[in-house]
Amino acid sequence: MTALQHETAQQARVDADAERLSTAPQPAPPPARGQRAHPFRQAWRQLTSMRTALLLLFLLALASVPGGFIPQRSLNPVEVQKYVTDHPSLAPVLDALSLFDVFAAPWFAAIYLLLFISLVGCLVPRIRLHARALRTKPPQLPRSLARLPASDRWETDAEPAEALAAARTVLKRWRTVERPGGVSAEKGYLRESGNLLFHVSLVVLLVGIALGALYGFKATVLVKDGDGFANTVLAYDDINPGRRFSPDRLEPFDLTLREFKATYAEDGKALTFDAHVEWSAGPGEPRQDYDIRVNHPLAVGDAKVYLIGHGYAPRVVVRDRAGNELRQTVPCLPQDAKFVSSCTIKVPNALNADGSPDQLGFEGVFTPTTAQDPQTGRVTSVFPAADNPALTVVGFRGDLGLDVGETQSVYSLDKTDLTQIDAPPQGLRPGDTWQLPGGGSLTYESTAEWATFQVTQDPGKGLALVASCGMVLGLLLSLFVRRRRVWVRVTGPAGGTAAAGPTVIHAGSAPAPTGGTLIEVGGLARTDHEAFATEFAALTGRLREAAGSRPVASTPAGPAPARSEHPTGATAGG
Amino acid sequence: MAELSDRLLFVTVLLYALAMLAFAGAAAGSRSKVVTGAAGRPARVLVGSGAPVDERAPAPAVRSGGATRAGRVGIALTGLGWVVHVASVVTRGVAADRVPWGNMYEFSSCAALTAVTAFLVLLHRRRVDATVGAFVMVPVTLYLGLAGTVLYTEAGPLVPALNSYWIKIHVAAAVAASGAFLLSGVVALLYLLRDRYDTMVARGRTPAFPLSLGRSLPPAPSLDRAAYAVIAFAFPVWTFAIIAGAIWAEAAWGRYWGWDPKETWSFITWVLYACYLHARATAGWKGRKSAWVAVAAAAALIIDYYVVNIFVVGLHSYA
Ligand code: HEM
Repeated sequence: MTALQHETAQQARVDADAERLSTAPQPAPPPARGQRAHPFRQAWRQLTSMRTALLLLFLLALASVPGGFIPQRSLNPVEVQKYVTDHPSLAPVLDALSLFDVFAAPWFAAIYLLLFISLVGCLVPRIRLHARALRTKPPQLPRSLARLPASDRWETDAEPAEALAAARTVLKRWRTVERPGGVSAEKGYLRESGNLLFHVSLVVLLVGIALGALYGFKATVLVKDGDGFANTVLAYDDINPGRRFSPDRLEPFDLTLREFKATYAEDGKALTFDAHVEWSAGPGEPRQDYDIRVNHPLAVGDAKVYLIGHGYAPRVVVRDRAGNELRQTVPCLPQDAKFVSSCTIKVPNALNADGSPDQLGFEGVFTPTTAQDPQTGRVTSVFPAADNPALTVVGFRGDLGLDVGETQSVYSLDKTDLTQIDAPPQGLRPGDTWQLPGGGSLTYESTAEWATFQVTQDPGKGLALVASCGMVLGLLLSLFVRRRRVWVRVTGPAGGTAAAGPTVIHAGSAPAPTGGTLIEVGGLARTDHEAFATEFAALTGRLREAAGSRPVASTPAGPAPARSEHPTGATAGG
Repeated sequence: MAELSDRLLFVTVLLYALAMLAFAGAAAGSRSKVVTGAAGRPARVLVGSGAPVDERAPAPAVRSGGATRAGRVGIALTGLGWVVHVASVVTRGVAADRVPWGNMYEFSSCAALTAVTAFLVLLHRRRVDATVGAFVMVPVTLYLGLAGTVLYTEAGPLVPALNSYWIKIHVAAAVAASGAFLLSGVVALLYLLRDRYDTMVARGRTPAFPLSLGRSLPPAPSLDRAAYAVIAFAFPVWTFAIIAGAIWAEAAWGRYWGWDPKETWSFITWVLYACYLHARATAGWKGRKSAWVAVAAAAALIIDYYVVNIFVVGLHSYA
């Protein structure tokens, strides 16, 4: 390489550095001849490129689409079952592709894991580059300031040193450094910091989500008025622990439902739900009152108790043939918005007069505001509140089948060994008693309510929230801060540059033709060039005032100076 | 009060429709003049290329082609419509005694309001001019008209799940971002239109209707930047809306994220806008391709609001 070539190459690098305002990965240069990158390096470079990040982001959006249309097991298993029944030939194919569990599917995980590997791989060098940029001075003056997107030049009678001092004063709020030939200035480092903060927060968010999924748990329990539960695995109807969850992480609280209350608007829309509970944080801790409402959970340590459902539970008394009184509060499952609810009563301990088992079972419909459907003539409910409650039942005698090993739902009767009591459906009001043909009776005493609570413990939640705040802050900085650079070159009458250091002869900066001091200003911004043009014009205006100017005969070369006669906006722009 | 709000909405639609006609007149009257830069030389207007050639040069300031009389009338009518629209939303809130974004109708009205607001801001900052007015006001008028008829709901109280401090924040942010996103979708489409028009002209062909509409539009780089400016504003707001929604979901349903269809589509929308912002920083994706991404993202947003609410069952209760 000759000295001249060397110098040109160096100048080209200076020019490239001057215009680089981001740490974004650059497209790979074509490999030098005879020298091939290691295949692994090459693959890594590919994976952490902007193009791959874009592709993976697209894939992530595309992969989520089926989850937005096809019912998902995690969310709505009943709906999935219905879909499977309705589409017997399509459903198995969808199932094989995990389309009912999109967000737990291996291919979905593959996409986001690759995306996050790419993200980390891209972030590490970017953080290093940016940290270095924060510590280094603004770059050297490029060869030709006139070639920059914004530029201006004029002459002044001031001495080069004075002009230079004026430039530094005007650029007071910028990070400036004196460079051979003039001043380099830069501003808006927070843009890149914000961008990095945003991307780092994405990674932290994923960690938070993973912590919750691994170490958290979620469980539900149905509680009737007056009943309660303790926070143990056994207490729950349904429990959904993370893979690394261990029961000794459970908060040792217990809770009793004092009363559940709902209020409704005239059209039957729910207005408020309110579960009045009494709880204590553990054995020996004081008991406290609390109202659990929608949007108002109870927090106990790491755990939270939510109200997620409610319904009615008629209190009934069954008298068997032996004369024993068996009390129950029977939770009924709501079937519609007016709380027509289906009830199943099982009386496994009912006896004959001689002491032999005579198990009883009842199926019924509970209607809170009872009326007759004018069309079908059937009993129905016209309002969700218990204004005129009734329990309509049919009865069965025989064997409930509870001894057979299989667990059985409490909400349905296994009728294989039961015979129906020969009587039409009985409509009971509170206080009514149905004398069963063949002995015994059923009394509907009064109406209680039940509530379902969900208890969750998510140790990653706090981290996810912190990460979310980081994301928003990072985005705001990244999208609204503008990164920009300005250079001022001062050339004395003899063509020498003003600053200390080696005198460099710059192409494009011939000595001022009229023998004064030549001031050239150039700048570029990474985004929102309109706003920068306005800023640049204001800057050169102030510099003209500070350093003085005299009319110049020659017009600047290159693109039009960024003197904007049209006011332009000041928000972020491309 | 509820009745007053309905009447005001009717007046708003009427004013927007009139504005639309005035803008259409302005566009028909304007010719594609050579845009002149500050120094009196033709500015570098890009012709026939998907990407703005010199990304870093200030876009040619939008010529005030809308400064025709018709254009000014259009802007004035839009401004007047905006005032009446605000009044309609406020009276609705007073009538229902709560924030006026509790059901799909109110939601759509507010989104249209933010779209018009964003449009007026773009006009004010000369990011666009009155020539795009007709293209913006046609969808706005249709949208608001449909919201006021098909989606109309009587003013009433909220279902308990919606009755929270966070809903006010979550939905307000979602509405603000959506209105802006919808506007950016229109501007991105206009960019594509103008770009196609320029390409054809550069090849010496005469664009037929509807491509010929591109003639009256601002230069492609201006439209590209206007779309970006709107998305750059809306994206952090949307991000915040999703986070506020997650906080609300955590309080209401016991999990901050559950891939409910609504959540899923908000996520898809978010990722697509992230794609757009990425695309603009990726070699080979600037200009035309990123504009298509912006259009796809706006489509996902529309699915999020309308298709999901109407056809897919989820937990989000707007009835
Ligand atoms: C997890 C998925 C990702 C998401 C959701 C995401 C999102 C975003 C968003 C919204 C922006 C625009 C806002 C801003 O400028 O800060 C952005 C910019 C950027 N992203 Fe990402 N990103 C992701 C992954 C990546 C990856 C893997 C890379 C590395 C190749 C990357 C590199 C960049 C760069 C360099 C910018 C700045 C572009 C510019 O300077 O205008 N991102 N990203």
